Amino acid sequence: MKILVCIKQVPETTNIKINPLDNTLMREGISAIINPDDKAGIELALRIKDKREDADVTVITMGPSEGIKALREAIAMGADDGILITDEVFSGGDTYATSLAISEFIKTLEYDLIITGRRAIDGETGQTGPEIAENLGIPQITHCTEFEIEGNKLIAKRQFDDRYHIIEAKMPCLISIIGEKINPRYMTVRGIFDSAKSNSSCEKKDKKKDRIRVLNYDYIKEKIEASKLGLKGSPTFVKEMVQGISGKNGDKLTGLTEEEAAEAIFQKIIERGFI
Amino acid sequence: MIFNEKHELIRQLAREFAEKELGPIAEEIDQTGIFPMELYRKMGEIGFLGVFVPREYGGAGADHRSYAIIMEELAKVSGVSTIWMSSPNSLHSTSILRFGTEEQKEKYLKPMVSGEKVFNFSLTEPGAGSDAASIMSTAEADGDTYVINGRKTFITAAPVSDYAILYAKTNPEKGVKGISCFIFDMNLPGVSVGKPERKMGMIGCPTSDLVLDNVRVHKSAMIGKEGEGFINAMKSLSIGRLGVACQALGLSEAAMKEAVKYSKQRVQFGKPLSSFQHTRFTLAEMETKITAMKHLVNDAAYKMDQGLDTNKESSMAKLFNSEEAKWVVDKALQIHGGYGYTKDYPIERIYRDVRAASIYEGTSEVQRMVIASKILN
Repeated sequence: MKILVCIKQVPETTNIKINPLDNTLMREGISAIINPDDKAGIELALRIKDKREDADVTVITMGPSEGIKALREAIAMGADDGILITDEVFSGGDTYATSLAISEFIKTLEYDLIITGRRAIDGETGQTGPEIAENLGIPQITHCTEFEIEGNKLIAKRQFDDRYHIIEAKMPCLISIIGEKINPRYMTVRGIFDSAKSNSSCEKKDKKKDRIRVLNYDYIKEKIEASKLGLKGSPTFVKEMVQGISGKNGDKLTGLTEEEAAEAIFQKIIERGFI
Repeated sequence: MIFNEKHELIRQLAREFAEKELGPIAEEIDQTGIFPMELYRKMGEIGFLGVFVPREYGGAGADHRSYAIIMEELAKVSGVSTIWMSSPNSLHSTSILRFGTEEQKEKYLKPMVSGEKVFNFSLTEPGAGSDAASIMSTAEADGDTYVINGRKTFITAAPVSDYAILYAKTNPEKGVKGISCFIFDMNLPGVSVGKPERKMGMIGCPTSDLVLDNVRVHKSAMIGKEGEGFINAMKSLSIGRLGVACQALGLSEAAMKEAVKYSKQRVQFGKPLSSFQHTRFTLAEMETKITAMKHLVNDAAYKMDQGLDTNKESSMAKLFNSEEAKWVVDKALQIHGGYGYTKDYPIERIYRDVRAASIYEGTSEVQRMVIASKILN
C-alpha cells in the first residue's frame, strides 16, 4: 500500500515578517518546522505502516532546498523516503499553482492514499490538499481526525462544527488531517542517522540508494507549461498583509450571581462551538 | 565543520524531548526523588541510552557528538536525567563493548540500551575514591567460580539496578594489575544495597552502598582478562567525563537563561537589573565561559569520533566545565538575590545539581593529574 504524505515547512515563530515588496513571507533567518497538521498526517501514515508490512510511506514537500531537513525529519520518524520538489519556476505560487505542480509530480507516482494537513499555520488557506484531489480526480475527505482502512475503502471520522461525520471513500483518495489531538512520534537517533545516508538529484532514481529525491521543473515540463506555475500561474494577488492585533479585550459580564455567571459562561462556550 | 545536518536534527529531537517530557516533571522529580522508569524506557526507545553502541547490540550506531548534544539539551531541563542517560552510554556499555565477550555483549547490551534493565558501575569504596586502585574488595577464585567480598559506596542507581559491573581484586599483591571486572545479577545471594544517600542535588537517581558477602559468580562473569579491570575502568571513565562536561554545560546554559529572564523582569532603583552595568558585565562573562565550555566539549567529542585518544581532552572538558559551571550558576543565583535562595525558582535546583560535576567520575584534582601526566609523559 503506497501512502503519500504532503507536508509544508512553515516558520517556527509567530513573529513572522512580511516582505513589503511582494507581500510574501520573509523566511530568511527564521527556523522552519513541519506544519503541525502535516506532522500529524505523517504520524497517521506511520500508524498504518506499524500495522501493515506492505505499507510504504513517501513524504513530499515543495519549496526551497531547506525542505530536505523536513524530509529527513519525516524519515527519522519512520517514513520510507522523501521527495523535494524545488525550482524557481514554482516560487511565489498561490494554492492553485502550487497544487497544479504537486499534482503533476504525484501523477508520476503510484499511490493508494494521499494525506495532507488540514491547513498550514502560515497561509491558513486549507486549499492545497482539496485542490490536489480535484486535479487528480480522486475522492477527498477533509478535516479528518482519524481513519481506518478496510480493503480498498477508507473510513474517516470528519470533524464538522459540533459533530463528527463518518465518511467512506474508495481508494485512491485524499484526506486532510486535523492534528490537534494527534501526538506525533519522536524521531529516533537511529532514524536520524539513516535519514542522512544520501540524497540525489532527479537523474538518480534508485530508491534503494537514495531516500530523498530532489525533483525540479524538468521532470514535468512535458506535462505543464511554466507559465501556469509559480507566481505567473497564480490567479491570486495579495494586495496587502497586515500584522494581526493580539490582546483583544474579552466580554465582561457583571452583576450576576454565581449560578447566573456559570450559566452565562456555559452559554458562551456553546455559542462559540467549543462544545 | 564539527557538526552536520544530522546533528541539527539530533539537537531538535533532544530539545523537543526535554521540553515535552522532562520540563513538566523536572521539579517533581527533584521533590519526590523518583524518576519515572517509563520515561527511562522511552529514552531507550528513542535511542538515548545507547547512542554510539553498535546497532547489532541494539544501539543507535550514532556518534559521540550526538551523545554530547543530547546530554547538553537534557541537562538544560533536568540535571538528573543526564545521569540516567550517561550511565548506560559510558560507564556501563564501554566496559562490555571494549573488553566483553560476544556472549556478554549479546546478553547485556540490548536490555541495557533499551532501558529494560538498569545497571550500576561499582568501583568506589569507602577507602578508595580518587585513589581507585586502592580498592579492598576481593574476588577469590574457587574452581569455576569467584567468591566476591567487599563494600562499595556512592554507587549510582544501586538500589534499582538489575545488574552490577563491579571491580574487585583477584590478586591483591599485584596492586593495580590485580584488579578484575565482573558483571552479575543483583539478585544473587549475598548482594545487598544500603539506604539511599540523602544527596544535596541530582535528586531522582538513588545512590547507595553495595555490600558483597560471599557472592559466588561463575568465571564467565568476568569482563576482560584477569588483572585488566583497572584499564577497563579508566577507559569507561574517559567517556563518562565527556558526559559530565556536557551536564555542566547544559546546567550552565539553563542558569544563564534563568539569569537573563530574571534580570529583565526584576526592577530595582527604578530600572531592570539588566540595565545595570554590573549585571551586564556578569552576564557577558557567563556567556563567554559557556562558549568556552562548548568548544571543549565539541573538541573532545569530535576527536572521539575520529578514534583519537581523548583522555586529555575529556579531562580538560570535565575540569574546566565543572569548575566554571559552578561559577556561572553561582552568579546566576546571585542575580536572583534572595529569590534565588528559595525553591520557587529553578536556579536553586540547578545550583545544587551542578555541585556534583566537579566531584563524581573523577574529581577536578584527579582531572588535573590526568592532564598533567599526558603533558609530561
